[in-house]
Amino acid sequence: MGEKVLMKGNEAVAEAAIRAGCRLYFAYPITPQSELIEYMSRMMPKVNGTFVQAESEIAAINMVYGAAGCGKRVMTSSSSPGISLKMEGISYIAGAELPAVIINVQRGGPGLGDIQPAQGDYFQATKGGGHGDYRLIVLAPSTVQEFADMAGSAFELADKYRNPVMILSDGLLGQMMEPVDFKPHKTEEELEELGKQHYDWCMHPNEDEPNHHHHEINSLEIDPLVLEKHVIHLGEKYDEIEKNEIRYEEYNISDDNDVLVVAFGTAARIVKSAIDELQEEGKSVGMIRPITVWPYPYKAIADRITSKIKKVVVFELNLGQMVEDVKLAVNGKIPVEFLGKVGGILFTPEEAKTKILENI
Amino acid sequence: MEVIAQRPKSLRDIQFTYCPGCTHGISHRLIAESIDELGLRNKMMGVAPVGCSVFAYKFFNFDMAEAAHGRAPALATGMKRARPEMHVFTYQGDGDLAAIGTAEIIHAANRGEHISVFFVNNAIYGMTGGQMAPTTLPGMKTSTSPYGRDEKDIGYPITACEMLSSLKAPYFIERVSLLSPKEIIKAKKVVKKSLQFNKENRGFTFVEFVSTCPTNWGLDPIKARDWARENMFPYFPVKNFRDKSLNGGE
Repeated sequence: MGEKVLMKGNEAVAEAAIRAGCRLYFAYPITPQSELIEYMSRMMPKVNGTFVQAESEIAAINMVYGAAGCGKRVMTSSSSPGISLKMEGISYIAGAELPAVIINVQRGGPGLGDIQPAQGDYFQATKGGGHGDYRLIVLAPSTVQEFADMAGSAFELADKYRNPVMILSDGLLGQMMEPVDFKPHKTEEELEELGKQHYDWCMHPNEDEPNHHHHEINSLEIDPLVLEKHVIHLGEKYDEIEKNEIRYEEYNISDDNDVLVVAFGTAARIVKSAIDELQEEGKSVGMIRPITVWPYPYKAIADRITSKIKKVVVFELNLGQMVEDVKLAVNGKIPVEFLGKVGGILFTPEEAKTKILENI
Repeated sequence: MEVIAQRPKSLRDIQFTYCPGCTHGISHRLIAESIDELGLRNKMMGVAPVGCSVFAYKFFNFDMAEAAHGRAPALATGMKRARPEMHVFTYQGDGDLAAIGTAEIIHAANRGEHISVFFVNNAIYGMTGGQMAPTTLPGMKTSTSPYGRDEKDIGYPITACEMLSSLKAPYFIERVSLLSPKEIIKAKKVVKKSLQFNKENRGFTFVEFVSTCPTNWGLDPIKARDWARENMFPYFPVKNFRDKSLNGGE
């Protein structure tokens, strides 16, 4: 595109997904992500792609399961209550080791909650959500640009590890407009290559004997010894992901830092303003912003616990979920303080500043 | 020497997991033979359900997906949309299709997805050990209706063909039975016809098999056959409900 376009996060991530080669999208409307499904309904026919408004979130994720089993780049999106419905399918997709991208534009919960931005689905996204031993790769954007860029990364990670990838966004990033720079569309040749990369396991047209294939897209292993092997293999894959894919941003990190802040997504964005103001006032605060919330940057946090830093302050838009991971990283060495806002309410930079000052 | 009977190419050389007297093996074979005869095997994908036929993904000799309970039509939708050059069927039992998967089957049918659905109705949950199904008959005793299905308490059996016939999109809907060689030969024609329509991408096709479950009915296969005739036929009449290829087509 060359120049920046002013777009809502929901639309930007949809456009970026199409450019990354997503030609199949199945979803069900829910606020505050409906611009995403609407954008896909407009744009997919223009790129000879498939858009289906499913009868439910459950059906949508199972359509994703079917299409992913065919080795194609496929995506669904929803907001918190709808993501809960998708958890069954996500567990199957993880078990069957299929590449797929799921976007969660989080809203307030539990239950129907409200339709304002929140980060209450952190546990669900990073610790399970569905049944069984599995992991989602979870990317947490904090700007509309990053949200859009993550579409491409999500598909690449999904293809690389044959694993579902979630973009854990929220109602603020979905609804907010910011200038976005898009990557160019994948070419026809690139799309064709993408289509073939999974031919050794996916469902695709067959040849006659002796090259006839019988591929099973499946998460069932009734023999415990076989299932044991499969789950151990999954575990090894997750270890590999933890080794290779941890991503985080260091903001204002220096040896002068008196306090270390940890926040992700929209919360991190708000805290940045507070950190900038404090810096001007001569107080040095550094922040680690996890970009992958699974795999989690435990070591990056642990490495910042220097003798000068007396406390870690964690900000989230929930009752305190990621703070548990920060405590694991800090391992009791120094106190971990927490400020959370719930109900779809955001904290202000001023409130963040006050909280940090209390702990300097 | 002339071969007059052999395993269809569309079935793999592994043993079925079904009980003696069960009709799943027959319906598998009818589908596999039809796929062979229509030359569809290299472009076929199937979806196995949860239930007694959960291992169908092992039995058919082409690409297969194993769905979560009831979700087969949603998987099939994703598969057909992802690979429109291929052909897709689902194979589902009564609990899978008419209880936990009612939303998926109704909406796949209503969208007129270009898939074939094969529905095995034996009025009981087999794999989990004989619990009440959505198609269990009034008064019928199962492990979760030990005093007999009380329609005042739990409603009447769901008639899938009749229900789907209320939708405009489906191309072909027929109920067949598998209780005698004559009926099986007739069923084969219907199965093949539905897959012929699938081959031509005409739309959504649905074939229900009135089947038996000797094990969980507690009857030997012959008595099970007679019981089905006497009790299931009045509720689940064997007939064609929709064929848009007739009367000059759609």
